[in-house]
Amino acid sequence: MSVEQEQTERTIRCLVAKVGLDGHDRGAHVIARALRDAGFEVIYSGLHRAPDEVVQAAVQEDVDVVGISILSGAHNTLVPKILDGLKEYDAFDDRLILVGGIVPDDDQEELRGQGVDEIFGPGASMEEMIDYIHENAPER
Amino acid sequence: MSDLVADLLAGKHSALARVITKIENRSPGYREVISDLHQHTGTADVIGVTGSPGAGKSTLVDKVAATYRERGLTVGVIAIDPSSPFSGGAVLGDRIRMASNAGDMDMFFRSMSARGSLGGLSTATTDAVTALDAFGKDKIIVETVGAGQNEVDIVRTADTVAVLVPPGSGDDVQMLKAGILEIGDVFVVNKADLDGADRTVQQLREMLQGQSGRPNSGHHGATELAGDHGDASTDDADAVDDEPETWDPPIVETVANRGDGVEDFLNALATHGEYLDRTGRREGQARERFAAEIRTLLREDANELLVDELDRRGGIEQYVDAVIERHTDPYTVVDEVLSPLRECLDDPGDGS
Ligand code: B12
Ligand SMILES: Nc1nc2c(ncn2[C@@H]2O[C@H](COP(=O)(O)OP(=O)(O)O)[C@@H](O)[C@H]2O)c(=O)[nH]1
Ligand SMILES: [Mg+2]
Repeated sequence: MSVEQEQTERTIRCLVAKVGLDGHDRGAHVIARALRDAGFEVIYSGLHRAPDEVVQAAVQEDVDVVGISILSGAHNTLVPKILDGLKEYDAFDDRLILVGGIVPDDDQEELRGQGVDEIFGPGASMEEMIDYIHENAPER
Repeated sequence: MSDLVADLLAGKHSALARVITKIENRSPGYREVISDLHQHTGTADVIGVTGSPGAGKSTLVDKVAATYRERGLTVGVIAIDPSSPFSGGAVLGDRIRMASNAGDMDMFFRSMSARGSLGGLSTATTDAVTALDAFGKDKIIVETVGAGQNEVDIVRTADTVAVLVPPGSGDDVQMLKAGILEIGDVFVVNKADLDGADRTVQQLREMLQGQSGRPNSGHHGATELAGDHGDASTDDADAVDDEPETWDPPIVETVANRGDGVEDFLNALATHGEYLDRTGRREGQARERFAAEIRTLLREDANELLVDELDRRGGIEQYVDAVIERHTDPYTVVDEVLSPLRECLDDPGDGS
């Protein structure tokens, strides 16, 4: 990519959030660094965030991508709370919502139905995720 | 007035966030947005917090914001991380410390990076403060790493500047000599639970005393002397002589992660605020800020006009060719390019 292109291209902002009582932060760190190296601005939430904190961060930081990392198995209760909060603050439609971590196949369809755009599990490649974000980041 | 501005003024959080995004991206229309917002500003108290990385700025800001919230005040925080401007990407981690204000929407926290241009960052910070002020925030806190001139510029957006100095490293106190000492209105020895805090307080006190007689002491103080508006604010009845009241920066000790000393810190900020009001310096600082902003914008915009003019004339390369061939020289080129502008401005035929 040429320097000129880089300057005209909008900087994409991503939230990487750890929600609930989930101490698995290795994946979130790996993702945060990879997204940074891809030229994105990453806001990392830190561990043990409540859904309304994730909403607060997503709204105030005006991120293009809301990345939620959950390996605890609590996605079915936590993710809908975040989605509802985003809708409440008018910050749902123009945002890409990604979930990463351990989500059984059966639950994936459910989450997509609720408004999650894509789910990345263990072994998902960085290139795949970065390409996905570039292709699907909202037009603003 | 655009919908976005109307939504911001109506208190919509996502609109405030989007305005700051426009400011950061310098998206089309952002100037009109700031213009529309300006008339709604002027009520917020702006506090700058600076110091070396790891000094405990974010931890303290979190506690300060929570205390203001308990007092029923609304708060906006801009946390600026000027690091890693090279890849274009950045991980902004200041939000991690925002634990005391979890889920509280009336505590608006925004992370900003340098995006490869520190110069543009101080303009963006000024504009973001405008947005938060217009939104109606009572207190606005700007956190930035204190390392060099650009950070000093950023922190000038503030009415009151707090400098954090953690104990134990002579280097930190040393760093203060390089321009940071002059901008501090309040000094905070954070991590007062660690060894060496007393010594750091002592060192700081000595350095500040060595500084007494610094221009008006306040970090923007020098301007009031230069300005011609100072008289109005002098209370003649009390003025024994022409000696302007000076500000001796207090040193406060805090343990930010435990919340110790936060009240003392807030009292010091409030006392400085009263000083600014009493002496008319708050207005003086505002005047200086606006003057600097107008100058910066003029410079940037004039520069853009000239770039366009150069393009219209076929680009800079042909001038360079001519200079290399010794057909002309840089001064003559500049005179030539600027001559239409100069004629325009010098033209006495405007009837006045
Ligand atoms: C390492 C590990 C731990 C470490 C965590 C260290 C740390 N600081 O992260 C330790 C030992 C502490 C640990 C503890 C526990 N663990 Co554990 N742990 C694992 C293990 C083996 C690997 C996780 C890992 O780090 N992978 C490497 C990273 C890079 O991959 P990742 O996190 O999956 O991330 C990738 C993708 O998911 C995705 N991704 C992740 N986040 C995001 C975010 C975004 C925005 C995007 C786009 C993508 C994305 O991209 C990444 C790169 O490909 C997994 C099993 C497994 N194979 O996944 C179990 C596993 C996650 N643990 C499990 C359990 C049960 C526990 C414990 C409850 C065990 C116990 N009984 O004490 C505790 C709970 C701790 C806690 N407080 O939460 C279960 C979870 C079961 C479930 N969800 O139903 C697993 C699946 C093991 C299993 N098969 O049972 N664990
Ligand atoms: N011991 C001690 N640690 C502190 C204190 N204040 C902050 N810290 C810790 O210092 C580290 C850096 O703090 P942070 O607020 O991120 O610093 P910043 O880089 O200046 O914003 C964190 O681990 C804090 O928990 C304090 O008063 N005492
Ligand atoms: Mg910080």
